[in-house]
Amino acid sequence: MLLSPPGVLFALIGTAGLALPLVQFKPNRIVTGEGIGLHALPLGLPLAAALCGLLLATCLGRWPAALRLAAAVSGFVTVILSLGLAASHLTPEGNTIARVSPASGFWLLLLAFGLMLADAVGRLRPSLAMRWLMLAAALGLVAAILASGLLDGVSVMREYASRRDLFGREAQAHLMLAFGSLGAALLVGIPAGIAIFQAPRWRGPVLGVLNILQTIPSLALFGIMIPVFGWVAASLPGAARLGVAGIGVFPALVALFLYSLLPVVSNTLAGLSGVPAATRDAALGLGMTRPQVLAQVLVPLALPVLLAAVRIVLVQNIGLAVIAGLIGGGGFGTFVFQGLNQTAMDLVLLGALPTIALALVAGIALDLLIQAAHRGTP
Amino acid sequence: MIEIRNLSRLYDGLAVVDDVSLTVETGQLAVLVGTSGSGKTTLLRMINRLVQPSSGQVLIDGVDTATLPAHLLRRRIGYAIQGHGLFPHRSVAQNIATVPRLLGWPRRQIDARVDELLALFQLDPAAFRGRMPHQLSGGQAQRVGVARALAAKPDLLLMDEPFGALDPLIRAKAQDDLRQIQRQLGTTLILVTHDMTEAVDLGDRIAVMDGGKLLQYDAPARILTDPATPFVRDLIGTADRALRLLSLARVGDIAAPGQAEGPAIAPGASLRDALAECLWSGRDALPVEGGGIVTLNALRAKARPR
Ligand SMILES: Nc1ncnc2c1ncn2[C@@H]1O[C@H](COP(=O)(O)OP(=O)(O)O)[C@@H](O)[C@H]1O
Ligand SMILES: [Mg+2]
Repeated sequence: MLLSPPGVLFALIGTAGLALPLVQFKPNRIVTGEGIGLHALPLGLPLAAALCGLLLATCLGRWPAALRLAAAVSGFVTVILSLGLAASHLTPEGNTIARVSPASGFWLLLLAFGLMLADAVGRLRPSLAMRWLMLAAALGLVAAILASGLLDGVSVMREYASRRDLFGREAQAHLMLAFGSLGAALLVGIPAGIAIFQAPRWRGPVLGVLNILQTIPSLALFGIMIPVFGWVAASLPGAARLGVAGIGVFPALVALFLYSLLPVVSNTLAGLSGVPAATRDAALGLGMTRPQVLAQVLVPLALPVLLAAVRIVLVQNIGLAVIAGLIGGGGFGTFVFQGLNQTAMDLVLLGALPTIALALVAGIALDLLIQAAHRGTP
Repeated sequence: MIEIRNLSRLYDGLAVVDDVSLTVETGQLAVLVGTSGSGKTTLLRMINRLVQPSSGQVLIDGVDTATLPAHLLRRRIGYAIQGHGLFPHRSVAQNIATVPRLLGWPRRQIDARVDELLALFQLDPAAFRGRMPHQLSGGQAQRVGVARALAAKPDLLLMDEPFGALDPLIRAKAQDDLRQIQRQLGTTLILVTHDMTEAVDLGDRIAVMDGGKLLQYDAPARILTDPATPFVRDLIGTADRALRLLSLARVGDIAAPGQAEGPAIAPGASLRDALAECLWSGRDALPVEGGGIVTLNALRAKARPR
């Protein structure tokens, strides 16, 4: 085919991005500023022309996947470097109040090259080891760009610079919330899934309750938990010392834990039920005890489905953990809600961008793990 | 010796296996045959207690199996099922090693046993040890399933429609191999099938079941010549029972002194083969290798009930 349909789509998104302002210049962090396009910057015209050329060229079919990948990566890096360039050029010397933030054009360009990247990787069908390498290389590239200081003039990085220590702490808190609730959900959910697998009468009630829990909106859940745990902490001796509290980390962890239970329990059940009856029969018939059947046959065969649950829960919890910021639970949500209060979008981004990046990396890493677990079985 | 005494199993008050008693001598191959739903699988699974009997006893060499812990009992009884039930996440060698590992055999002994069994089932150990089950053909997977059941040298082997999933050519070969290996190892074998031809070809004894009841338990020749009930007769089919009867005896058994023309037939060939050869070559008698002859008249006499 002469044209590559996805390529045309990416080009449309990208050229729209080129037409829109790349950055917003604001005299201070609160006011709305003026949009400035890439072409209006020094060196901007050749950069814009290069990006435009990449977008149009990849519209053509018959590009080898590896070349597409190279085009996507160079486009991606160019867009990010343009942002840094704009920031350092537009900010007056010595001015710490003025802000240069990424604007709609930047996001659309990023989207276009991001999609092109995903498409190219998909076409390349790399081996599992290669995918891990690519993930590591992408992380390394991002880290290198951030460490190089090229983006230091950009508003989000300015917000970061003034909160370096806090950012580290909230990042830790965010990871603790996401992984802690996942760990607790696995600890409780896997045995529960095994239990209802072996006692089918309990499947309906248990899954029913978890289903209802899942449908409660997070804000409503906090609304219930704040008074309940507040009361428990106040009236049950020792509860407060164990960390029980109406606000803070505890109710946030509990909420994330509760939301995680359904995927873990139902996937454990589905994974175990998916093991062919003949296989289970053979295991028992050869003289395995019930625990041996579980440990040596059922759980290993259910592992890919279980890992799928871990993926769902981890990605979901990394995102949901933002809500913890609302009730003093810490995490990147702290920046998001502070930013919303101060109508400082740059601060919101300081919370939102790492959350998105974290969810993305966790999702890809677990996809790779699931693929590894699938190997050996058809 | 396996003694099944008045064994019954009820589901929802209905007897799926109804007061069955039978004895299988050590080293014999007994076949349970019957239509689908007649209770064969349930009867077989009560022997290794995958199904708990509602009443009755199973004795192995005089010991009531109900007195043993079920998992220890099962490690002494080989079990192979239709569709083989191989563990898809374990290699061929690991599958075969299942019971020896449960029994805590030393590593070396297990490895040696795996190779020995693979060779016995004509699977090159070097090539097959490390394969995963999904890399095997149906016939290979079936053989690995039986090898796994035999791994810990059980005295008793239970097989539930082991050849059901194989195409006819491979099935005939697998049946031959099984019969040979069973004779060679002296294993007592109880095999379930719904295929009467398979039962006649393989069994030292055939147990015909219908509606949970044991209708007849006899040697194949007796089942063919003296069916106990009309149902048994229908199950055998009347069309080619004479030929089936002939296929049960060997030429060596009826060789008589004398001289005959033409190429000789092996003493191990079946009477059915001998008859076919007579008809094909238009002879009334065939010389037998190593002396004697087999006559058309003798064959005719053997093809009728006495
Ligand atoms: N676990 C069970 N619960 C209820 N009925 C069963 C169960 N297992 C077998 N049956 C019934 O018992 C009968 C005999 O089954 P089975 O022993 O599998 O027959 P076969 O192996 O001869 O085809 C069938 O009617 C089947 O529906
Ligand atoms: Mg059956």
